Amino acid sequence: MAKFFHHALKFRKEICIGCSHCMNVCPTQAIRIHGGKAELTDNRCIDCGKCYMVCPVGAIIVEQDDFSRIFDYTHRVALIPNILLGQFPAGVSISQICSVLMEAGFTHIFEVEHGTRVLEEAMKRMMDDRELPRPLISTFCPAIVRLIQVRFPMFTNNLMLLKAPLDIAAMYYRRKLEEEGADPDDTGVFYITPCAAKIAAIKSPVGEETSPISGVINMDFIYNKIYTKVKQGFTGKGSCCLPAMQPLQPEEMVWSLTEGESERMPGRTLAIDEVSNVIEFLEKMENEEISDIDFLELRACDQSCAGGILTSGNRFFTVERLRKRAEEAARGNDSVIYDTTGDCISDHSDYLNEHLKVTQIKPRAMDKLDEDMEQAMHKMRKVQEIMKDLPYVDCGICGSPTCNSLAEDIVQGEADVNQCIYVQKRWEQEGKLQPKESMEILKRIWGEDKF
Amino acid sequence: MQFEYNVEGGNFSRAGFASSEIKKILKKLNVDIAIIKRTVVATYEGEVNIVAHAYSGTIYVNIDTEQIRIRLKDEGPGIPDIDKAMEEGFSTASSEVREMGFGAGMGLPNMKKNADEMHISSEVDKGTEVEIVMYLNTKE
Repeated sequence: MAKFFHHALKFRKEICIGCSHCMNVCPTQAIRIHGGKAELTDNRCIDCGKCYMVCPVGAIIVEQDDFSRIFDYTHRVALIPNILLGQFPAGVSISQICSVLMEAGFTHIFEVEHGTRVLEEAMKRMMDDRELPRPLISTFCPAIVRLIQVRFPMFTNNLMLLKAPLDIAAMYYRRKLEEEGADPDDTGVFYITPCAAKIAAIKSPVGEETSPISGVINMDFIYNKIYTKVKQGFTGKGSCCLPAMQPLQPEEMVWSLTEGESERMPGRTLAIDEVSNVIEFLEKMENEEISDIDFLELRACDQSCAGGILTSGNRFFTVERLRKRAEEAARGNDSVIYDTTGDCISDHSDYLNEHLKVTQIKPRAMDKLDEDMEQAMHKMRKVQEIMKDLPYVDCGICGSPTCNSLAEDIVQGEADVNQCIYVQKRWEQEGKLQPKESMEILKRIWGEDKF
Repeated sequence: MQFEYNVEGGNFSRAGFASSEIKKILKKLNVDIAIIKRTVVATYEGEVNIVAHAYSGTIYVNIDTEQIRIRLKDEGPGIPDIDKAMEEGFSTASSEVREMGFGAGMGLPNMKKNADEMHISSEVDKGTEVEIVMYLNTKE
């Protein structure tokens, strides 16, 4: 099968102990155990990172660009989401954070949330267009976009074909630097990411050809860099190094939190976070049990980006800190002091509007047993037949997450029914299988060293 | 291929279970998503009708490469005037049912709208049987 997606999550075989924790939490059943190691089915993975969160030995890594790559460019922009600020306790100021980033080598720092203003206007225009299907679904969370492509293909038409705030912020800043005389080829924009899905989306954009982002740095890496400095007593250099810019509005500061978008959209809107909640909801929506909703904000992580897998701070404290910043800003006491002699991003909305559309997001249905319906029916009958022998326990000893997924793996020629431990015991009883043979089977699944 | 689901009258919290299972099957069979959508919407309406009006019912699903045939058979009060029941907005649902968001009188008309064929027969005090057919090869 052709490879649809680039994945930022990588499984390190040499570290994996084959414990199957990842297999059991994967919402798209993309993981199997073979030879004592977890294996990923690329086309099913949506980069949500649930597996990364539960791996007890750190065998799953999130691929990032080598930090030194920033020095390939003369103009080095750190694109920071507000979530980064929320990682630290209140005592750590934005000027400290920015100073550490500048000291590490960046020449410019720009807040991602500046990209939300133009985006919000574009989203509202789409909401006004009654020709478009309802509910319109935000494409903010790339893991959700992929989830819809693979598991809910009938909703791909409901996705708002718009880029994310980080793309818009990057496009704006590139243009600004170009206007100031910087060579575009010598400008590197690096996004500090709270999650793997954003990386995957940047490396292989869904529906876009190229990304304005040059590279991605994981937030936990930057967090450690900053926190080390802070612990060593580094207080920052006073000015916060942000470009002269009209201040972020309070509602823009909380865009990446749950209800950040839904609160801004007209009509009946809903915000749902955490991938299994989203799946449950979309399944109901497929039956049209749910209707009359105008807009859906769906996010893969609990507490949205505050719960991103590369965040280090407690997600509830992150939410608290960002909401507090927004409240203070609404009272005119934002902890970040902007030099307001600068640009308003809306002045560039013509240029940005031209570039913020995504051409197409195609369905990538993965549930089908076969392209050909007759073959699919044939396979489904076999699955039903096999299921009669399986215990419905979903123990995972066979190396597949559920009895049903084992049955489907067997039908697809990727597994054998004798991998089921219940079947083994039964066959041993009936004299069809020797204990030595069943031990060999278990070793093939879980590895020699486990027995 | 054949599948069968029991539906319990009055149990709204489980209404939608059968439609959901049928949807999963059709996805696995690589049925066109537009046809899945129409099938599931029509079946869900029928399933809710059984839950709302009947004592119990069964949904029989029959799929081959040409068509999907779904028969929703219930034991219940039956429909005295089928023509009337097919009118949009006509409903006999109790206010209790309406409060739960059901019973807007769109059930049968909506089923007809989404199905390629629909046959309905009913006997008062016995029950109702609705059959919907979806064609799978509409593109010649």
